Amino acid sequence: MDKVKVLSKWVSMFGMRVPIALEEKGVKYEYQEEDLAPNKSDLLLQMNSVYKKIPVLIHNGQPICESLIILQYIDEAWDYKQLLPINPYDRALARFWADFIDKKFFDSGFRIVWSKDKVEEGKRDMLENLQFLEGALKEMSAGGSLPFFGGKDFGFLDIAFIPFACWFHIYETIGNFKIPFDSEYPLLDAWVKRCMERDSVKKVLPSPDRALEDILQLRARYMVG
Amino acid sequence: MDQVKVLNTWISPFGMRVLIGLEEKGVKYEYQEEVLSNKSELLLQMNPVHKKIPVLIHNSRPVCESLIILQYIDEAWGFTQFLPSKPYDRALARFWADFTDKKFYDAGARIIKSKDEAQEQAKRDLLESFQLLEGILKEMSAGGSLPFFGGKDFGFLDIAFIPFTSWFHTYESLGNFKIPLESEYPLLDAWVKKCMERDSVKKALPSPDKVLEYAIQLRKGFLGD
Repeated sequence: MDKVKVLSKWVSMFGMRVPIALEEKGVKYEYQEEDLAPNKSDLLLQMNSVYKKIPVLIHNGQPICESLIILQYIDEAWDYKQLLPINPYDRALARFWADFIDKKFFDSGFRIVWSKDKVEEGKRDMLENLQFLEGALKEMSAGGSLPFFGGKDFGFLDIAFIPFACWFHIYETIGNFKIPFDSEYPLLDAWVKRCMERDSVKKVLPSPDRALEDILQLRARYMVG
Repeated sequence: MDQVKVLNTWISPFGMRVLIGLEEKGVKYEYQEEVLSNKSELLLQMNPVHKKIPVLIHNSRPVCESLIILQYIDEAWGFTQFLPSKPYDRALARFWADFTDKKFYDAGARIIKSKDEAQEQAKRDLLESFQLLEGILKEMSAGGSLPFFGGKDFGFLDIAFIPFTSWFHTYESLGNFKIPLESEYPLLDAWVKKCMERDSVKKALPSPDKVLEYAIQLRKGFLGD
């Protein structure tokens, strides 16, 4: 009997990836909400002693850390309805863009939300990063004729990026700008709406307003001035 | 007929991973040395997102990011696999390869670029990384009874980490300290010697003295020494 437990935070875009993937695979899991330091659980500190971060997947007592590594683990441990494409080149592309989201996209958003002097450059970079992702989606969806980054199937890269959909409102509000989805990123715009129809995504993503409220509170607590 | 080309710089531990991977699979490839201050049109075209090396170009299609390239090489030339066969062991190999990028490489880079307390902290971080990797090698090599991180076979995590050994002499010289491999990290010490016997590693790794020569110039650029 498989025992699956997820340590996560409801508002974390990295955290959201894990339950979405488990839901897609129809895997039953126990969810444990984690708090920030100094209130991290003993279990989290023990299961991710290197980084002490969420998300962590615990499968039959064994921990797996780092959200994209967890996604690949889920895909391989429950190896039906594959999340990664079959072809090696398409797999490399999916991994590349997921890594881009972590390295570049997340970082531009982080500067908007948490810096004081790098907000404008964060905004510029975010719009450029969205341009890249729009291009990648165009390529992977055969010009928009297929619904997802995974082509006809909702897959690895879709799961990697969709959690950010509830963060756009946070970036826009704190950065005081509007992301021009309709005019500049129409494929991404349609893709978000399509993903939001999936049960896994509906179940896991918080409402943008609730997420915004939480982050504003966090900012008030941690940012001085 | 496979056409394989690698865009690289001889000094890059990330690039060395790709060369070792190709040599281990017996894949013939063309090598193009890049000058980072004068990047080729081909590099800018094949990696427009990051504009970085290494890039693997397979039948005109680019693959970027060294660990993603390594997994691509493993899957595209799918005999004698680099990654272990069990999902959990694969997740561990990916996690620790990612660790060498995030923590080990970062600490080393800080030793090269900084001085005083910042450099002291970087040295402490590097030694802590060594400690963790020694522990992981112990686990993965069944207490040292097997030769590699991959167990009995030279694999993904071995390829990910071995390039950094050409930089140990540089870290020691520029940080003015000795990495206590024999006394504190004996399994890693034995592992390095074992890996250095492999043709792929001997071919890809530059001499530590040449690396130091290069790094001294790099450091001058950062600190104006």
